[in-house]
Amino acid sequence: MSDDEEEIILSELSDDDLVAQMMDDLYDGLKEEIEEATNILLERGWTPYDILTKSLVEGMRIVGDDFRDGILFVPEVLLAANAMKAGMTILRPLLAETGAPKLGIMVTGTVKGDIHDIGKNLVGMMMEGAGFDVYDLGINTDVDEFMEAIEKYKPDILGMSALLTTTMPYMKVVIDELKTRGIRDNYIVLVGGAPLNEEFGEAIGADAYCKDAAIAVETAKELITRRHNQIAH
Amino acid sequence: MRSSLKDLLDEKKILLADGASGTNFMEMGLEPGFPPDIWNMTEPQKPEKLHQMFVDAGSDIILTNTFGANAPRLKLHNAENDTYEINKAGAEIAGKVAEAANHAVIVAGSVGPTGELFQPLGAMTLQDAREAFIEQMRGLKDGGADVAWIETMSAADEIQAAAEAAVEVGIPYVFTASFDTAGKTMMGLAPASLNELDKALPGKSIGFGANCGVGASDLLVSVLAMTDADPEAIIIAKANCGIPVVKGASTVYTGTPDLMAEYIAMAADAGVRIIGGCCGTAPEHIKAMRQALDNYQAAERPTLDKIIEKTGPLISPVVSEKDGPKRQRRGRRRA
Repeated sequence: MSDDEEEIILSELSDDDLVAQMMDDLYDGLKEEIEEATNILLERGWTPYDILTKSLVEGMRIVGDDFRDGILFVPEVLLAANAMKAGMTILRPLLAETGAPKLGIMVTGTVKGDIHDIGKNLVGMMMEGAGFDVYDLGINTDVDEFMEAIEKYKPDILGMSALLTTTMPYMKVVIDELKTRGIRDNYIVLVGGAPLNEEFGEAIGADAYCKDAAIAVETAKELITRRHNQIAH
Repeated sequence: MRSSLKDLLDEKKILLADGASGTNFMEMGLEPGFPPDIWNMTEPQKPEKLHQMFVDAGSDIILTNTFGANAPRLKLHNAENDTYEINKAGAEIAGKVAEAANHAVIVAGSVGPTGELFQPLGAMTLQDAREAFIEQMRGLKDGGADVAWIETMSAADEIQAAAEAAVEVGIPYVFTASFDTAGKTMMGLAPASLNELDKALPGKSIGFGANCGVGASDLLVSVLAMTDADPEAIIIAKANCGIPVVKGASTVYTGTPDLMAEYIAMAADAGVRIIGGCCGTAPEHIKAMRQALDNYQAAERPTLDKIIEKTGPLISPVVSEKDGPKRQRRGRRRA
């Protein structure tokens, strides 16, 4: 740390500077600073929804863009997402009280036989940061568990993850079951994981393959909007 | 017949490793989600058959069917108590095939990642990971593996833990990482950083390099960076055979034997000493690679343009520094 970098007292910053500072702090994964700043904005009378969208979501968007562009990697994004989560922990009960708008509901899981959940967890955290309710089924999720969760949580989006060439075909098993039950079109199905690609996603009947968590958020928002538009017509 | 990796490297300019396990086992009826490592105990004839096909195709090195056989992963299938046995059996199955071969074949004990994040990002400690790898490598060594083949790694911590385990167990080791995210591993390791890491690891690795990742072209770019950083280093390349697509009920990789033949020639031109295939690489691909290697005429180090021309476009290219973050920082940092 160089001497010309003077110490900043968060509570002395104007609202605009504080929000800008939060984006820097999110980028740097500074959990305590995010908690402090979230509380300061609440004390200043900001609505929980404004804090979420104007600071945390916007900050995570920047993190997501740099992740997508190969500037940040998993460790930095995990730290940023953890900082965001700390802010969310403060805001979540307040958001529920104030009936803030929700973008949608998502159920996620790493498919049967696979324990790799780093990417899936990132998707969950970033989707939550973007304003979705996320129900995470964890690792090694079989088709019955996916079906139960779908009935229980009535999601808009089903997200599946796999990191192994031996487990990625299981995504098709789940999608085929949705088709068998005649409910495939009720859900947006997103898939991801290192060995996958767009053609694979298409071939197994997913709505989209998402290369990383940032793209998952973008895709989810876009497909949800498109779906709402269709319903409105 | 058997040999040691060091001896065979002294004997031959370039060694041909083998192809994929997972995707070839799926051809043999492996169900999605089932761990093929268990077959070492229940259906040893299947991994034996695959090893035999690779040896017949001309592989100098075969990897045991133990990629996922570490306790944190086997736990998922309630098989963590069989870790030692599964690995020992895996090495014995490959050893039997190597023994009977009419050329020298190295048995490399495959050691894949635990799938866990290390502290502080996750719960795994260096100590726990080292113990898991020690248990696996004891099995591999007692089963007769010549070398521990630490592969598909993405985090420096995990490579460190595996290298320490190999030293503890007393088995030579190599390590390779999977560069699948904008030219780096998902944890942000750049190819040439492996050269630095290698110097800092305990014992002395026999070699290091890249495996899996995204296409063959991306992997060639990764290994070029390593041989660039140190032309004398023994570098390993095991590229995926194209990218996966769904064909009917099965998943197949798009790479042809011709493409893999182009790839092996360029890897050789890049100064790579050990070359094989990863996901999607079948015995027919290895056969084409053997022929290409036997007829190999050295050419200049491949350029990016040549790589793209011969093996296709990069799937996850490196982000150029000048396209880096445009965001203006606010300057300071608190203590």
